[in-house]
Amino acid sequence: MFAFSQDPRARNSEAAVDASRRSFFNHSGLLLSGAAIALLAGREALAKGNASSAADVSILNTALGAEHEAVAAYQVGAESGLLQKPALDLALTFQGHHKAHVELLAKTIITLGGKPAEARKQYTFPTDTLKSQADVLRFAATLEKGAVSAYLGAVPVFGNRDLAKAAASILGDEAMHWAVLRNVLGETPVPAAFVS
Amino acid sequence: MNALWRLLLLAGAALAFSANAAPGDPDRGKLVYERCQACHALAYDRTGPRHCGLFGRRAGSVPGFAYSEAMRRSKLVWNAQTLDRFLSNPLKAVPGTSMGYAGIADRGERADLIAYLRQANGSAACGRQ
Ligand code: HEC
Repeated sequence: MFAFSQDPRARNSEAAVDASRRSFFNHSGLLLSGAAIALLAGREALAKGNASSAADVSILNTALGAEHEAVAAYQVGAESGLLQKPALDLALTFQGHHKAHVELLAKTIITLGGKPAEARKQYTFPTDTLKSQADVLRFAATLEKGAVSAYLGAVPVFGNRDLAKAAASILGDEAMHWAVLRNVLGETPVPAAFVS
Repeated sequence: MNALWRLLLLAGAALAFSANAAPGDPDRGKLVYERCQACHALAYDRTGPRHCGLFGRRAGSVPGFAYSEAMRRSKLVWNAQTLDRFLSNPLKAVPGTSMGYAGIADRGERADLIAYLRQANGSAACGRQ
C-alpha cells in the first residue's frame, strides 16, 4: 500500500505525505519525550512500504483515534463547570499528556508513510450522567482504564518493537492517570498487581 | 447398537457439549468488557463501532462507521462462534482489521464477555426491555 512506485498517483500521495509532514513540523511546538526521541532516532528502522509497516500504521491510527477522543473528553470535563481546583488542574495536565500522545502517534504514522487520522468534529459522551465532580472524574478514570487495556492489547501485535516500546511508554502514563484519578475519588489507587 | 453408531452418538454428544461447554457469566463478562471501552460503547460509535444490534449483524455493516476493507469484506455474521473466533485473535481472524488488539486469550473470559454482550443487546442500554 505504501510501496515506492513510478505510478504518478503514488508519487502524488507521497507528495501529500511530505506536505503534511512539513505542516506538522511547522505547527508542532512539541517537547519531545524520551519515547519520542527513541522513535525518531530509530527512524531508519521504521522502513516504509512493507506489509508489516502498513499493519503497524493501522494499529497506530486506531490508538490515535482513541487519543483524539480522550483530548475531547477532558475538554468536555474542563468546560463542564463541575471540576474545581485541584481536580481541574489535574484534568488539564492529563489532557496535555493525551495531546502529546496525539502528536507522537501522528508524527510516527507520517514517518511510516501513513496518513494520521484526524480528530472527529463531534464525539458522543454520556454527558447526561455527569452531574458532579466525582462523576466527571469517574468517567475519566473509565477512559484511562480502557486506554491501558487498549495499549496492552497493542504492544504484542506491533511488527516493530520500537513501536511496542512507545506504546508501553504511553500505557505507563495512562495507568498513572488511572491510579491518580482513583485516588482522588477515594478508591484504592492501584487495585491489583496486574492490568488486563 | 453397532460400534459405528456408538461412535457417532459419542461425537454428537461431544459436539453438543462443546457448543454449550462454557455458558458464560454476563456479570463477569461486564468486567471483561471494560477492556473494550477504550474504543467501544454499546449504543454509539467511537473509535470502534457500537455493539448494540451485534448478534446477527453482518461484520462491517453499521452505517456511517469507517470500517477497514478487511472487515467489510470478511463475510462474517456475528454470533457466539464468530465472536469467539474473532475475539481470541482479531488480527488473525480478520487479517487487516483496524482493531489493533491482541484479543482475549482466555476461553472462559471470552465466554463471559460474549454472554455479557448478548445480555446487553437485550437490555435497556440497547433500547430494549
Ligand atoms: C484499540 C481500540 C479497540 C479495542 C480496545 C477494541 N476494539 Fe473492537 N473494534 C475496533 C475497531 C477500530 C473496529 C473496526 C475494525 C475494522 O473495521 O476492521 C472494531 C470492531 C469490532 C467488532 C466488529 C463489529 C462490527 O460492527 O462488525 C467487534 C465485534 C468488536 N470490535 C468487539 C470488541 C470487543 C468485545 C473488544 C474488547 C475485548 C474490543 N472490540 C476491543 C477497535 C477496538
